[in-house]
Amino acid sequence: MTTTTLAVLVPLLPFLGAVAGLLLGRTAPGFVRPLAVLPTLTAFVLAVLVAVRQGGDAAVDAATELTPTGSVPVYLALHIDGFAALVAVLVGLVASCVQIYSTGYLRDDPRYPSYAALVSLFTSAMLLVVYSGDLIVLLVGWEVMGICSYFLVGHYWETPEARAASLKAFLVTKLGDVPFLIGLFALGTDAGSFRITRVLGTVAHGGLDHPTVIALLLLAGVAGKSAQFPLHTWLPDAMAGPTPVSALIHAATMVAAGVYFIARLLPVFEASAAAMVVMAVMAAVTMTGSGLAALAQDDIKRVLAYSTIGQLGYMTGALAVGDRGAAVFHLLSHGAFKALLFLAAGVVIHAAGTNSLAAMSRMSGLRDRVPDAYWTMTVALLALAAIPPFSGFFSKESVLGAAEHVTAGHTGHVPAATGWIVLVAGLVTAFLTAAYATRLWLLAFRGHGAQAPDHGRQPLTMTVVLWVLAVPSLALGGLAYRTLPDWFDGGDLAPTLTTSVLGTGVALIGGLVTYAAWRHLTGLAARVPLGAVAAHPEGDAGQVEAEAIATHAPAYGDVASAPDPADPGRLLLGPLHRHAAVGFHLDAVYTALFVRPVLAGASLVRFLDREVVETYVRGAGVLPRWLGAAVRRAQTGNVQTYVSALLAGTVVLAVAAVLVATGA
Amino acid sequence: MHLAYPAVLSALLFCTGVYGVLARRNAILVLMSVELMLNAVNLNLVAFDVWLSRTAEETLHSGQALTLFTIAIAAAEIGIGLAIVLAVYRNRGTSDIDKLRDTAEGHGSGTDGDAPAAEKAEATA
Repeated sequence: MTTTTLAVLVPLLPFLGAVAGLLLGRTAPGFVRPLAVLPTLTAFVLAVLVAVRQGGDAAVDAATELTPTGSVPVYLALHIDGFAALVAVLVGLVASCVQIYSTGYLRDDPRYPSYAALVSLFTSAMLLVVYSGDLIVLLVGWEVMGICSYFLVGHYWETPEARAASLKAFLVTKLGDVPFLIGLFALGTDAGSFRITRVLGTVAHGGLDHPTVIALLLLAGVAGKSAQFPLHTWLPDAMAGPTPVSALIHAATMVAAGVYFIARLLPVFEASAAAMVVMAVMAAVTMTGSGLAALAQDDIKRVLAYSTIGQLGYMTGALAVGDRGAAVFHLLSHGAFKALLFLAAGVVIHAAGTNSLAAMSRMSGLRDRVPDAYWTMTVALLALAAIPPFSGFFSKESVLGAAEHVTAGHTGHVPAATGWIVLVAGLVTAFLTAAYATRLWLLAFRGHGAQAPDHGRQPLTMTVVLWVLAVPSLALGGLAYRTLPDWFDGGDLAPTLTTSVLGTGVALIGGLVTYAAWRHLTGLAARVPLGAVAAHPEGDAGQVEAEAIATHAPAYGDVASAPDPADPGRLLLGPLHRHAAVGFHLDAVYTALFVRPVLAGASLVRFLDREVVETYVRGAGVLPRWLGAAVRRAQTGNVQTYVSALLAGTVVLAVAAVLVATGA
Repeated sequence: MHLAYPAVLSALLFCTGVYGVLARRNAILVLMSVELMLNAVNLNLVAFDVWLSRTAEETLHSGQALTLFTIAIAAAEIGIGLAIVLAVYRNRGTSDIDKLRDTAEGHGSGTDGDAPAAEKAEATA
């Protein structure tokens, strides 16, 4: 088979698996698991084959016209360069792990068939985005991911949190997608084609008429999809979905789609210096804000969600300084270790019976209950905190290195200011990242108090994939930073001495400060009992998690934070903690700006409909009503009256007919 | 015999029938009046058939044939009618059609339930 055929099969197989799963889910339950796992696994193998054949050489391009549109034609096109090949491998790997993990995690879930089919559909859409060489076809995958995300976040739709979260995720990403669509049209019109190769060719010759407008419009869609400030608020709430969904969608793939999109079209963004500065500021605000917010979260998954936002900020920062190699390098390593973190967090939640870090910190022996999750999570958290030699170190250093390179002013098309913004924010975030990673690890695994509840052995499917993902988390960065430039643009990804020392230094300080704060507070934790634990020894992990999410707000007063005085994050943040716990009141701002006006408008429309329009409708009914009442009076029920009326009518008609006939 | 005699007779019979249908209270007498009307028409049919076939060269006497049909159908009709009257009498203890006013507006159970009560009272008054 040619590389093109293989590449076509990669998105197609999970799609067919999804269709078959949706059709056969009820009638043939035995086929659901193979139909979920095998196509995804095959797609992963094929993606690896495509990557091996492509080998970082010239991009593979193939296209056939999908439909004549009358103006700019739409092509069914593939454009597989090194970026696409490697990102597809990551998507295939994470999706396969998630599908295998889900067979154990949602073992007893009655809605597993539709869940697995949607995950397959989602995987297929992401692979389509990755391989597509046409922006409109890319948009199709982009939107299919959005709707799959909506369904999967709302998987536990019995709980109001999940319903609200899925709606929020959908609406907020759509808020970005509308400008994104307009941006795509503007780009296609300016370039005369939706083909990525032609667009890039046009940009290279300076053929774009409105680069700033287009770049900012596209950036809005990317901010929505990749959860960048100010459209990031949906991501922490999306943690109301099942953990494998969080791992797949909200860590490794969908949120990476935005970053990947910019990486593909980076020259378009580079054509506008203003857009690059906006991107840098957006990345800096996102990074630091999410780092602070992550320190204040109590739900273990929300910590990881804010961490995802921050790491995506790093990628956007790398793009803002014009180094897409570093951005995609970080995307790859982050995809691996963040998927691992989420999947391990799912195991921990199942074992602990709660998603609250405050409750976990009052449990001892959790690490002995789930040794696989403990060790793999330790690896992933070290990678997240960018401690050498874990993979996160190399990718994060490549980002910081790229930023430092720009501050020196060597690059013409990127302002030095963006380099400074990204570098400073990146270092601050490295400190915060290490701090919240340490806090998460200490609270989850170093708790004191009663024994953790026994939920039995974790299913093998859930623990094996953790080790599979631990390998790239541990070794990807160190092994790949020399070979990856061949796949990418050729820019150097090796860590530089200055940024390595600085980055690792602040990370170590962050970890140590958190450790000191935690030691300072351990005595206090024992004196303040806190926590509610869902005990379902026989239930599967999904059920335990759904219950934990549903009981968090009643038990601790809020879905995000807990009133735990022994929290090291509370000590570190000081008065900032109150604001960080609610995401710096951004949701309240949105409520004031959008939700209240919309609700007021809705009640106005309701008033107009009920009181004004309906009055006219009622008025129109009055006359027929009166006529009807008058006619009803004739209905006496006496047959003889009717016959008399009939006779009288006949006589009148007969007389009239005679008069007409005689011409009188 | 001139056509005027049977025509006048049938007109008188028909008028008697109409009067009976409109004025009689007993359902059986109303049915009898209906029969009078029918027979008035039969008389007309026969008389006009004879009158018209006198000048024709050949005729089917279709008027007289139709009369036979009418008589047969009237017999069936009166059978059903009397059976209904009998059933009504057994059910209600009366065959006075002034008292059989179930179809009057306001008697039925489902006649516009949501209309205001005042309107209904006005309608039945």
